[in-house]
Amino acid sequence: MTFPELVNSFFANTLDLSIPVFMPEIVLSGTIVLMLLVRIFQREPRFDVAWLALIGSAVALYYACPLFGAPDLKQFMQDHPTAETFTGLLIHDGISAHFRTLLLVFLVLFIIFTKLSGIPDRIDAPDFFTLVLGGVVGMCLMVASNHLFMMFLGIEMASLPSYVLSGHLKGRRKSSEAAIKYAVFGAGTAGVMLYGISLIAGATGSLHLPTIATQLSTMLGDGTLVGGRLAAVILGGLMLSVGIAFKLSAVPFHFWCPDVFEGASAEVNAYLSIASKAAAAAILVRVAFGFSHLPPPVPETEPVAAHAVEVADAPKLLLVSTAAAKKAPDSNLMLVADGDANGAEAAKPADTLAPVRGFIAGLIGVIAALTCTFGNLAAYGQTNIKRLMAYSAIGHAGYMMMPVSAGLVMLADSPTDAKTAVASVAFYAIVYLFMNLMAFSLIAFIRNSIRSEEIADYAGLIRSCPILVVCFTMTLISLIGLPFFAGFVAKFAVFASLAQAGLYGLLVVAGLNTAVSLFYYIRVVKVMCIDPEPESRLPVYVPFLPSMYVVAVTVPVVVLGLWWNELNEWVQMAANTLVF
Amino acid sequence: MSYEVAILSLIVFLPSLGALGLLLVPRDKVEAIRLITLAVTLAVFALTVYVAIPADDGEASIRFEMGQAAMQNVFNIPWIPSFNIYYFMGMDGISFPLVILTTFLSVLSFWASWSVKTQVKGFCILFLLLETGMLGVFLALDFFLFYIFWEVMLLPMYFLIGVWGGPRREYAAIKFFLYTLLGSVFMLIAILMLYFASDLRQLDEPQLAAAHVANVDEVLTAKQAAAEGAEMHTFNLLALMQMGQHTDLFDAPLLFGYSLQWWAFLLLFIGFVIKVPVVPLHTWLPDAHVEAPTPISMILAGVLLKMGGYGIIRICYPICPDAGFDLAYLVCGIGVLSMVYGAFAAMAQTDFKRLVAYSSVSHMGYVVLGLGVWSAWAPTNFDWRYWSMGVNGAMFQMIGHGVSSAGMFFMVGVIYDRVHHRNLNEFGGLFRRMPLYAGLAVPIFFAGLGLPGLCGFIGEVFVTLSVWNYSHVLAVIAASVVILTAGYILWAIQRVYLGPEYKGPHGDALTPITLREQAIAWPLIVFAILFGVYPRCVFDYMTPTINAQVQELAEWTRDVKTPRLAAEKAAEEAAAAKSADQDRPSRPVAEKQDGTVGQLSLVAPTDTGAPAATPAARAVSAERAAPLALARAVD
Repeated sequence: MTFPELVNSFFANTLDLSIPVFMPEIVLSGTIVLMLLVRIFQREPRFDVAWLALIGSAVALYYACPLFGAPDLKQFMQDHPTAETFTGLLIHDGISAHFRTLLLVFLVLFIIFTKLSGIPDRIDAPDFFTLVLGGVVGMCLMVASNHLFMMFLGIEMASLPSYVLSGHLKGRRKSSEAAIKYAVFGAGTAGVMLYGISLIAGATGSLHLPTIATQLSTMLGDGTLVGGRLAAVILGGLMLSVGIAFKLSAVPFHFWCPDVFEGASAEVNAYLSIASKAAAAAILVRVAFGFSHLPPPVPETEPVAAHAVEVADAPKLLLVSTAAAKKAPDSNLMLVADGDANGAEAAKPADTLAPVRGFIAGLIGVIAALTCTFGNLAAYGQTNIKRLMAYSAIGHAGYMMMPVSAGLVMLADSPTDAKTAVASVAFYAIVYLFMNLMAFSLIAFIRNSIRSEEIADYAGLIRSCPILVVCFTMTLISLIGLPFFAGFVAKFAVFASLAQAGLYGLLVVAGLNTAVSLFYYIRVVKVMCIDPEPESRLPVYVPFLPSMYVVAVTVPVVVLGLWWNELNEWVQMAANTLVF
Repeated sequence: MSYEVAILSLIVFLPSLGALGLLLVPRDKVEAIRLITLAVTLAVFALTVYVAIPADDGEASIRFEMGQAAMQNVFNIPWIPSFNIYYFMGMDGISFPLVILTTFLSVLSFWASWSVKTQVKGFCILFLLLETGMLGVFLALDFFLFYIFWEVMLLPMYFLIGVWGGPRREYAAIKFFLYTLLGSVFMLIAILMLYFASDLRQLDEPQLAAAHVANVDEVLTAKQAAAEGAEMHTFNLLALMQMGQHTDLFDAPLLFGYSLQWWAFLLLFIGFVIKVPVVPLHTWLPDAHVEAPTPISMILAGVLLKMGGYGIIRICYPICPDAGFDLAYLVCGIGVLSMVYGAFAAMAQTDFKRLVAYSSVSHMGYVVLGLGVWSAWAPTNFDWRYWSMGVNGAMFQMIGHGVSSAGMFFMVGVIYDRVHHRNLNEFGGLFRRMPLYAGLAVPIFFAGLGLPGLCGFIGEVFVTLSVWNYSHVLAVIAASVVILTAGYILWAIQRVYLGPEYKGPHGDALTPITLREQAIAWPLIVFAILFGVYPRCVFDYMTPTINAQVQELAEWTRDVKTPRLAAEKAAEEAAAAKSADQDRPSRPVAEKQDGTVGQLSLVAPTDTGAPAATPAARAVSAERAAPLALARAVD
């Protein structure tokens, strides 16, 4: 291919294929620029840029959301079929469309929420919304990344604004502490992850996920993935998982979570626990499945292969990395991988990636079980509602990771079931959006009224604002995972994929955790509904519009618990466009 | 068709609609709120009575047809088609008597809750939601729907105990919630195991029709195509029963050499007996009862405990018969243990309500025992009648205990409302102070005792008689529990109602029983006597269904289980003779499930482990057959 041809095909690829599905990100970026311009040309903050941010994100949602842009997801995916965009850096498929829609729906609801709760004020608004929108752009890149470099870029784009946002309450010690803790922790894990990525690049010669999978498969097939190269791949994979675990707040990289949640405002907590977590879950799916399945046979119109160049560079990179990683691989992990390889090979001789899959599935499964258990146990002792929600978020991260493990186990024998497992992650993310948005909006509105976020100060709240407390109770019950609320359905889908994969150990852990989580959620309910009102508390008053907002975000928690067929079909469809 | 949907949905959801309606009523209009709630419960009761009264309405009849064993008034509408979940309800002789019991006790116990003075609106709303949950459990035929209703009851119950209960109400409420939630988590795991092992394509057309499968055509087409890996999973309880009895879908080995249905049975059984409750898992019950307000105790003892028994007879045995047969001795043993332990514990109580609570544990032991006496086996030449006598007795005991225990809790509540204590040692002489009340209470307690001519007798005697054929030891123990029961009830009557005079606190508050209280007590007494002298009025409803189910299981024992046991035994002997030669298991095992269901944990190399486990499976199942031999020797 000559140079002009390369350029032409690059332009064609970008303009015809990539830009149309990249409109939401472009709109968001444009909004950011506009907001900054408004700030420059406006000496006095007369105009609240929240409106600008709201319009921008609504327009972005219009482009992203298959509900508005096209009749439904199926139609949307027909109009824009699954394809690698930007020369393989990103991928456009149902899962990226789904998660991007989710992120933008959240963004719109979130801006309304901040508008109602009064944080940020008009002066801080441009900074705040610039950071929020910038972070969401990063998350959109995360959920669509098809290339480890893009993934890293996306994670960092999403993380940096988060660090600043958690320190947004200027002049508060706790807030600053949270921000610095978060930033230091984040920087550390980012470094580790980058190192891991470079190791993988060295060992496989590429950062493009399908190419990595192909390379691994080839090397496993001809027995060249041994010694230093094997160590590099395993170490690289583990280091990569550090970065993802940090974003997911999975054990043992969860330490930032409670402190940051306590220090940051409830609004920022909502942002961190919903958007950030959804994007991290999506990237977990991308990486876990990207490494462990072979890309389909070459499609007719292959985009310009930027990664082909990298393959040629592989030996050079390899020299760098093998020296650094001449460590014997963990024998336990090898055992797991080997065992699974034997099993899978018996069924399907050509399946060379089985050890990779077994390794990742085992890793995710163990981390998920630990995360879930730790989060739920640690939440028990909390007295601050935001810390409690932080540990609850850790627990839910565990639940969200479990189906990924189940999907990997089922991938070889029944790709359809594996897709169902991925769909349950997507389902969980939606339900979690509404549950946590409801919880944090209520926490914020109550904070505006009583200036406290201690659970003890919620005592007897049902007598002052019964409707809000009933809504919060329903959300907490939904977070436990009891019918007939959406949280039950989400958990049910997760449990179903575990049962289908035959991971009974994980299933029992998840089930027992549900019982454990009952304690701390129901304690909040008890304090609000059963305990008497303290005499010293300021009168609790939540204005009409915020109350309506809380009720409005509770509605999906109930409705999705009873009529979830459409949503289930939607996530199934999203998962079905994954290429296995 | 649509008629059935309307009536059954109305029965289940009318209370919820009432609860929604109550939201609109201002909170200070206490009397209006109470009357509306009472009207709603009465309306639901009237609906079920209408269905119960035999009459010839022609084709569109929704009357319950006595003498018909199969499901009646069935409808099956897609709810979540993408997960094969249906809005599937119906009634038969097992569920319908319990439905009537529920609506009946709801009316009475709500009437008894005039003693609730604080936050009446919240109480009424939660009470009505609870009623929806209870009725839904008995009518649902889709496993998912069943589970939803099962869980829906938890939250109202938590609040009803936790807000309106006694001094240690929070502890009791969370204990109740936690125990039940743990049980239902086990149940959920079993549900998912059965769901993913099920395959509608294995059933033939009559079986599909009998199971009221909604998408029969689709299944038949799929059957023709016979595509690999396109199993049609189902939550349909009736279809799962067919699969459990007529296919080997649930026989695949799962863990430690036990089959999938063995584990499913165990998990479901734990989930259900927590609710019953049986002895090692009963500790939530006394606490919950003692702390709960009187009407809630009535509901708890009268209806909620019956759900456990209902689950065992409706789900455990028909779906997992193989495991049920193997574990029958365990089930019976647990039943007898509960009876004995509950009776002794009741004797030791000084709190009147705690005594009644432990008597519930003891009485519900009869239910578990009666359901478990699988005497339709080779030694009796597969005679199903003794077992069916046990199951009939257990079902009758559930109804009878529903009446007597609700009555006993109500009677305790009446004096608690007056003197605000329940210490047995500080009572006495109530016959003199409240003659009418005492006169009403004593027959109720005698019904609980199992006096012939009252409702408690029939169930106990049926169960005890049926056990004789299964195990003489258990029968002797079960029969002697009656003495213990008589002991603690008579002693309680003596300490509370007899004696010269009342010496406890608040003696002047012992006012005569009010008209409202009488109106609640009289129906209970009437039914306690009616069921005692004319038990057919209950048996006529339930016997055809129970006999049919037991008969089917007896046939299954003869045609499937006994040859299977014989084959296992033969294989065992052959293996012992050769002591080396190991071949494939004699039990038919679906090969493809080996990989999917047989996976042990995360990524363990199960495919290599599974074949090694199967000889062990046979050894274990031979071991499990040992109790049978033992029982036979006793015989």
